[in-house]
Amino acid sequence: MGKTIAEKIFDAHLRDEPFPGTKVLDLDRVLCHEITTPVAIADLEWRGKDRVFDNTRIKAVIDHVTPSKDSKTALQAKMLRDWARRHDIRDFFDVGRNGVCHAIFPEKGYIRPGFTVIMGDSHTCTHGAFGAFAAGVGTTDLEVGILKGVCAFREPATIRVDLVGALPAGVYAKDVILHVIGQLGVNGATDRVLEFRGPVVEAMSMEARMTLCNMAIEAGGTCGICLPDAVTVDYLWPFIEEEFPSRDAALDAYRVWHSDADAVYEKVLTFDVSTLEPQVTYGYKPDHVKAVAELTGTRVDQVYIGTCTNGRIEDLRQAAAVLKGRKIAETVRGIVSPATPKIFNEALAEGIIQVFMDAGFCVTNPTCGACLGMSNGVLAEGEVCASTSNRNFNGRMGKGGMVHLMSPSTAAATAITGVITDARSI
Amino acid sequence: MKKIFGGPAILLDRSDINTDEIIPAKYLTEVTKEALKPYCLEDLKLEGFDPKGETLRKARVVVSRANFGCGSSREHAPWVFEVNGIHTIVAESYARIFRQNMFNGGMLAIELPKADIDRLFALEQAGPVEIAVDLAGQQVTASADGKRETFRFDISPFDKALVEAGGWVEFADARY
Repeated sequence: MGKTIAEKIFDAHLRDEPFPGTKVLDLDRVLCHEITTPVAIADLEWRGKDRVFDNTRIKAVIDHVTPSKDSKTALQAKMLRDWARRHDIRDFFDVGRNGVCHAIFPEKGYIRPGFTVIMGDSHTCTHGAFGAFAAGVGTTDLEVGILKGVCAFREPATIRVDLVGALPAGVYAKDVILHVIGQLGVNGATDRVLEFRGPVVEAMSMEARMTLCNMAIEAGGTCGICLPDAVTVDYLWPFIEEEFPSRDAALDAYRVWHSDADAVYEKVLTFDVSTLEPQVTYGYKPDHVKAVAELTGTRVDQVYIGTCTNGRIEDLRQAAAVLKGRKIAETVRGIVSPATPKIFNEALAEGIIQVFMDAGFCVTNPTCGACLGMSNGVLAEGEVCASTSNRNFNGRMGKGGMVHLMSPSTAAATAITGVITDARSI
Repeated sequence: MKKIFGGPAILLDRSDINTDEIIPAKYLTEVTKEALKPYCLEDLKLEGFDPKGETLRKARVVVSRANFGCGSSREHAPWVFEVNGIHTIVAESYARIFRQNMFNGGMLAIELPKADIDRLFALEQAGPVEIAVDLAGQQVTASADGKRETFRFDISPFDKALVEAGGWVEFADARY
């Protein structure tokens, strides 16, 4: 009987099976940020176990609130910073060099096919785009990961999501994943891996695949995952060229992680995206999804472009293509947060930052920013935000505020008109 | 530290109660569990629910519907229950990370079939619901105004071991 990519990764990393059905895996990466890690650090200190299992496999970044906004967030940053120094965690990214965790860690080449990755952040599923098993965990799992380099999982069944057809112009990975979540429901993939397959995925850039995998958790999924291919190798090449004699050799090596042809899936869902329209959420759950056409004209107060879902260079290019030569509505506050310094620099070089500024956007430093209402860009009661982020929960961006999730292209069009707008119509 | 399971229950009749409702992100700037105490379920969207009310203050058990604790990985969600003395949740189903966080902290996330959860909610018609948990026997007994119902629950041996060990750090430290 064949195996899925997730099963192969589990087999290759199995440390222990303390009880049937519970698999304790060795970890290749334990990723940390300043919101969920400090409590783990404090607990390890309190237990007299202030140690790390491997300072090269642990990576850390300050990203949620940066630069710090007050004494409390300054303390969180300091706790992470001091800990990283104390344990010689060299891959630690502080103010000026920092960016959104799920953008900066892949960008640095830390995530490889076949890896096991945990982080105290639910959108860790993003890294599955590289053919890794990557799962969000709580602070206790993170703490044990830091100390012992292991994490326990119920081995998840896999749902294969075949994306077939070809994406129409103006329709993007964000629209695809919103549509898939709308069909699966917010707990349609709980304790499951979502394996994204098919010609649409194969044609996607790594950036688009990260957008796809990023929102697996919004259907309850443990991890989204894509099979590593030539696109993966090309993205990783600067980091792996010492490791392999050629790109083809890397591709061959990574092929061991491909799901077998006779692998067993819990179910296989097929979506033909050829007629898919731009999608948008309308309620307080990410499976409240409709075509943009059905919400056209809905007023917004703020437009947010950025985050671990859609703050990468390709996303900024898509938004800038819509914004170029235009001004955003006077009733709208536009905020854009390039996800990393590298992305910010590329956007500068390509003139994209100028396009945003000419249109009337506020350009912030790389950060999670307005996404979760704990930093900048907080909504007032009753306000509405069009956002490229991944969560539209009640109050997510500020108490009493509402969020509509959409692609960068739709968000840019919405900024121009001040109401939810299909970018293809302007 | 071993937790206390059972006691007066608060029943939250809604599915998909998410972590932002349980503890809004603006409070994640705290670095101690105790500091979270006043903010339990502050943003819960549920008719008739009062986050400052007596029912929540006295509750030691939360009963709810499907996909409880969906959303963020923040362990602040189980912690805000823990510091308010709520060490037991009874629901139809959970989001994976929330469920694991509960057991990792030595607390109980009990899963019951929808029909049983329906009976629990029906029991509330009689009066305030009190829940007793028999972990060894894997039974939940709910009573309200003299009426009593008993439900059997399944728990994985691993999750049970975590609760008995007091949490995942204790379990892992002894074993790895």
